Amino acid sequence: MSKSLLLVGTRKGLFVLESDDRRDWSVRGPYCESWPVYNAALDRDSGTIYAAASSEWFGSAIWRSADLGETWEHSSEGLGYPDGDELKLSKVSYVMPAHGRLLVGAEAAGLFESTDGGKTFSLMTTFEGQEGREAWNDPAQQPPGHLGLSAIIPHPDEADHFWVIVQGYSLFETTDGGQTWTPRNKGLRRDWPAEYEEIGFCVHKVAPASDFERMYQQNHVGMHRSDDGGKSWTEITGGLPTEFGFAAATHPHDRDTSYVIPLDPGHGRTMPDGKAAVWRTRDAGSSWEQLGRGLPGKNAYVGVLREGMTIDSDDAPGLYFGTSTGQLFGSLDEGESWGQIGGLFPGITSVAVAAVD
Amino acid sequence: MAEVHLPPMLSPLFPGLPRQLEVEAATVDEAIARLNEQWPGLRDRLVEPGPALRPHINVYVDRERGGLDSALEPSSRVDVIAAISGG
Repeated sequence: MSKSLLLVGTRKGLFVLESDDRRDWSVRGPYCESWPVYNAALDRDSGTIYAAASSEWFGSAIWRSADLGETWEHSSEGLGYPDGDELKLSKVSYVMPAHGRLLVGAEAAGLFESTDGGKTFSLMTTFEGQEGREAWNDPAQQPPGHLGLSAIIPHPDEADHFWVIVQGYSLFETTDGGQTWTPRNKGLRRDWPAEYEEIGFCVHKVAPASDFERMYQQNHVGMHRSDDGGKSWTEITGGLPTEFGFAAATHPHDRDTSYVIPLDPGHGRTMPDGKAAVWRTRDAGSSWEQLGRGLPGKNAYVGVLREGMTIDSDDAPGLYFGTSTGQLFGSLDEGESWGQIGGLFPGITSVAVAAVD
Repeated sequence: MAEVHLPPMLSPLFPGLPRQLEVEAATVDEAIARLNEQWPGLRDRLVEPGPALRPHINVYVDRERGGLDSALEPSSRVDVIAAISGG
């Protein structure tokens, strides 16, 4: 019988939650010596958990555990820009195992890969020649906590095909294993002067459907949908309480159903009116409904970061989100009702879920 | 041999790494390189590209603030200090 794992990345390490029924969860951790964790993922092929973590004292590393968190090793061999390079690696912000290799995103924006299970890494690209690259690598133009390359989205069937997000600038697609990149922002709205034609879009989160043709995107100024694998986008913000948010997740078996957590767009970036809620569309963004039964209905001034929500692939999928102030919630009925999971965690940066035997 | 004292947060990252050990080296950089031979990856935890000590890592040689280039005597004491910071 399989069990479910929740990998909860926090500002003070990684926690591993385990459950046989997705209702009662045991909590283990904190792991990674309580380094700030930006995201974590389970490699289904090897059974290894990977976590991208960066310590204020000791720098960045990819942590790995081959026994579901009981023991850990870490490495940063090759994770860095050459001595004297204009780019400096301030953190590893994303790790994603796919098709027998490990892809790692970093700030300053760069993509690394490991082909030996996270023991050593090599630089794949820093997007040389891309329009706007000087701007996104200019510290004077970066927001606090800049993530650089903030997400990697591998195609499930095509090893050389994946998408990455460069925070504040663009979604990019490669179909040749990272040799060439195409900006994928056509149709996105931006409410600021366009310095560049094809980039300059603040992409927060891309949540693909299982066919990877339908995609949903939460960005700085709205929700958007693509029906052609990100080549073009249509805005679907209408019906949501705000245009701003970070986290999104798409139903694994229904391409028309997706979830998002709208936030106030100002400095607070907490849930509107202090009412915790997840919003769902069942018609590909034509309409949205508010879901909040079981969530704090008042005085809930909490936020959820871009990797803070996930959905499993069960027939009746479980939906989970963690707040930047450390509360973890789950739903087993497509978001209709919610319950709190575990205890009180450090600020949650990422939530990932996987089934293991 | 120089006597090297390491910060308590470093030891859990490398199985078997003691808090205090003796190293034969002419400079701080060389001492860190010797430790890295025995505990691969240790240098990355203390040194960033440049190379330079990481911003929150300080080194004192015989109780004087030093750097990677600081010379060591056989009787030197090296203290590697992680800054008190965070919350």
